[in-house]
Amino acid sequence: MLFEGLAEKLQSTFDKLKGKGKLTEADVKEAMREVKLALLEADVNFKVVKDFINRVKERAVGGEVLESLTPGQQVIKIVNEEMTALMGSTQSKVTFSSSPPTVYMMVGLQGSGKTTSCGKLANLLKKQQKTPLLVAADIYRPAAIEQLKTVGSKIDVPVFSMGSQVDPVNIAKAGIEEAKKNGNDLVIIDTAGRLHVDNNLMEELQNIKKAVKPQEILLVVDSMTGQDAVNVAESFSEQVGIDGVILTKLDGDTRGGAALSVRAVTQKPIKFVGMGEKIEEFEAFHPDRMASRILGMGDVLSLIEKAQTSMDMKKAQELEKKMRTQQFTFDDFLDQLQQMKNMGSMKEILEMIPGVGGKQLKNLDVDEKELVYIEAIIQSMTREERTDPGVINGSRRKRIAAGSGTSIQQVNKLLKQFEQTRKMMKQFTDMEKGAKKGGKFKLPFPGF
Amino acid sequence: MFFNGWNKDQNEQQETNQEPQQSETKGFFQRLKEGLNKTTKDFTGKLDSLLMGYGKIDDELFEELEELLIMADVGYDATMKAMEKLQEKVREQRVEDASQVKGLLKEVLVDLLKVEEAGHQLKLDQDPTVLLVVGVNGVGKTTTIGKLTAYCQKQGKRVMLAAGDTFRAGAIDQLEIWGQRSNAPVIRHQEGSDPAAVIYDAIHSAKAKESQVLICDTAGRLHNKKNLMNELGKIFRILDREFPEAQKEVLLVLDATTGQNAIQQAKTFGEVAPLTGIVLTKLDGTARGGIIIPIAQTLGVPVKFVGVGEQIDDLQPFDPEAFVTAMLDQ
Repeated sequence: MLFEGLAEKLQSTFDKLKGKGKLTEADVKEAMREVKLALLEADVNFKVVKDFINRVKERAVGGEVLESLTPGQQVIKIVNEEMTALMGSTQSKVTFSSSPPTVYMMVGLQGSGKTTSCGKLANLLKKQQKTPLLVAADIYRPAAIEQLKTVGSKIDVPVFSMGSQVDPVNIAKAGIEEAKKNGNDLVIIDTAGRLHVDNNLMEELQNIKKAVKPQEILLVVDSMTGQDAVNVAESFSEQVGIDGVILTKLDGDTRGGAALSVRAVTQKPIKFVGMGEKIEEFEAFHPDRMASRILGMGDVLSLIEKAQTSMDMKKAQELEKKMRTQQFTFDDFLDQLQQMKNMGSMKEILEMIPGVGGKQLKNLDVDEKELVYIEAIIQSMTREERTDPGVINGSRRKRIAAGSGTSIQQVNKLLKQFEQTRKMMKQFTDMEKGAKKGGKFKLPFPGF
Repeated sequence: MFFNGWNKDQNEQQETNQEPQQSETKGFFQRLKEGLNKTTKDFTGKLDSLLMGYGKIDDELFEELEELLIMADVGYDATMKAMEKLQEKVREQRVEDASQVKGLLKEVLVDLLKVEEAGHQLKLDQDPTVLLVVGVNGVGKTTTIGKLTAYCQKQGKRVMLAAGDTFRAGAIDQLEIWGQRSNAPVIRHQEGSDPAAVIYDAIHSAKAKESQVLICDTAGRLHNKKNLMNELGKIFRILDREFPEAQKEVLLVLDATTGQNAIQQAKTFGEVAPLTGIVLTKLDGTARGGIIIPIAQTLGVPVKFVGVGEQIDDLQPFDPEAFVTAMLDQ
C-alpha cells in the first residue's frame, strides 16, 4: 500500500485546514507539525524532514498562503510542489552507451534485492529489444550465483559466471568480453551485497568500476529502510559514485520515506521501483505521480497506464461508466476478475483512484486464491441475479452454493463484498460531484 | 547542500572505524561492543559532544536527545515516551549536571527494552525444540539459520535444518551450503514445491533421527501479502499438529536498517505465527536498530539475538543492558 499511510495523515491535516477561511501563523505551524510527524513516521530522514518543513513553512508564512482565499489548497499546493521538487521533477530513464555493450552495475546492501532487480531490469530491457547478459560477480554469498542463473533461465537471458574463486574484477572484465563475443548489447553486473562501512568491499566496487567503466551504477535500496538510508546512500554515492537508484519491495505497506531521503542526499534520480515477487513487477519511477500519491490524490496516471497495457480499452470505458452510474453488476465483476489476472489485484487498482484511501479498502481484502471460488459462484448465478443481486434470497443462495461447490457462507461473503465495492464506488463518485459543486479541492479523476 | 557538514563528520568517523580482526578469545560483551561500535560511534560521538557542550540541562538539550533517538529509528512515540521518563528522572533525582543525563537515558532505554526475566534467552532446555525462522525478504533469514545452527551445536545439540524457502531461486542451495559448513543434515525438496510438505517431512525425519533442534527456514514474504501469510500459518499449524511434543520458538528476523515498518512486520507475522523472539541482523553497519524499542513496548516480543557480522559465530545472545551500553558508550 504504497505511501498510503502518509497520504492519509496529510489528508487529515489538510482537512482541518480546509474548513478555515483564513489561516493564522499558528495554523500553519500546526499543519507543519503534522506534516513533520507524518514524514518522520514514514521514515523520511530527520534532517530531510527538517529541511523540507523549513522550505514549506517559509513559503507558507511568506504571504503565499495567508493572503490566499483558499489557504488549505495553497498549503497542499506548496507541499506538493516541494515534494515533487525533492523527488525530482521529471522521470529518469536509464541511458545506453553509444558503443555497445552498455554496462550497468548493481550495488547495494545485503538483502536489498540486487539479484532480483538484475533479472527484472534485464527482462524489462529485453522487451525493448536489448540482448542482455547477466554477470554473476557475487562470489561471497552462498548460492548467489545459482540464484542469478535461475533468474536468468526464467527470463531466458544468459548468465555469465566463473564460480566463486575468481576475483569479481576479473569476472566483470571477462563478462564484458563474453558479451562482445556473443553480440550482447547490454551487460548487467550483479555485485555482492556489502555494508557501506566495509572498506575492503567498497574498494572492490571501485576496482570493478575502473575496470569496466559502467554506463550506469545503480544503487538498490530497500524501501523499508529507516533513518539509515541517508548514510547508505551517501557512502555509496561518495565512495563509488552512483547514477541512479532502484527502490525495491514497494509492494509492502511501508510508507517508503527512504525514497525522499535517498533522493535528497544523493541528488540522483530513482529510476525504477520493484513492485512484487513476479519478474515483470518492475516499473519506471514517476516522481510527480509519487508526490500526488503522497498527498492522497491518487495515482491516476499509473492507473491509466496499467489499464491501457492490460485492459481492453473499450471494456474499460464501459466499466468506468458503470462505476459512475452504479450499474456495476456481477457480470462486470466476473469480466474484471478475468482481466485482473493481467492487471494486478482489484485492491491495487482501487488504491490508485483518488479519494479512495487505505481506510476504505481495509475491509475489501480479496484473497487471490479465493478468486477461483468467486468465479464459480458468479457463474452459478442466473443472468437476472448477476444484474440485480438484490433478488438473491435464501433459497437462491442455497442453489448458487450447491451449483458452484461452495458454501452458503462463501456466497454470502461474496455478496457482501460486492455490496461494499458498489458502495465505495458510490462514495467516490459522490465525492467527485461534491468537489465540482463546492469548488473544493478538485479530484483529478478523468476515468480510465 | 544542506547535508555537507553532517556528512563530512560521518566520513571522518568511517575512516577511524575500521574494525580490528576479531579473534576467538574475545568475550561476548566485547564482541557485541565491537560489532556495535562502528554503528554507534556516530551516535555516541554526537551525544558526548552534546553533553560536554552543555553545562546546564535545558530544553535544547532534551530536544537534541530527542533528535538523536529519532535518528536511531526509535520512532516518534517511543522517543516521546523515553524523553518523558528521562525528564521525570532528571526532576526526581534533581540532576543538574548534563553529564549525568546520559546514564539516566541509558536506564530509561534499558527499562523500555526489558521484557520479562529470561525472556531474552533462546529456549533450548528441553528436547526437541523447533525454531521457525520468519521474516520479510532480504533480512538475512538463511544466514541467521547458519549462525543459529552453530550456536545450538555449541550448546551440545544435534541440529537438523529444513529448507522451507522453496520460492527464492538459490535459497535451498544456500541453506545446503550452511548445512555443510556445520555438518548438519538438510531436509530439502525441489524449488517451487510446497513448503508445508518440506516441513512435514523434516518433522518426521527429525523424530526418526532424534534430532534435538529442528530449524525451519521459510521464504521471505512481505507481511501484507495475504496468501503468503496464510501459507506461513499453515506451516505453523503443521508444526503444532505433527510435533506437539516439541518446544517451539518462532523467531522473526528483522533487518536493523528497517524503519518504522518493522513494527507492522512484527504485528502481522505474530498474527499468523505467534512470535517468541526477534533476531536483529546487520547491526554491523551504521544502523542503530532503535526500532526494537517500540516493538518491545507495543508487542512485548523480546529480542533474542543480534547479528553483528558475516561470520558463523557473529550471532550474539541479546542483553538489553549491553545493547544500550554499546549503543551509548564508545
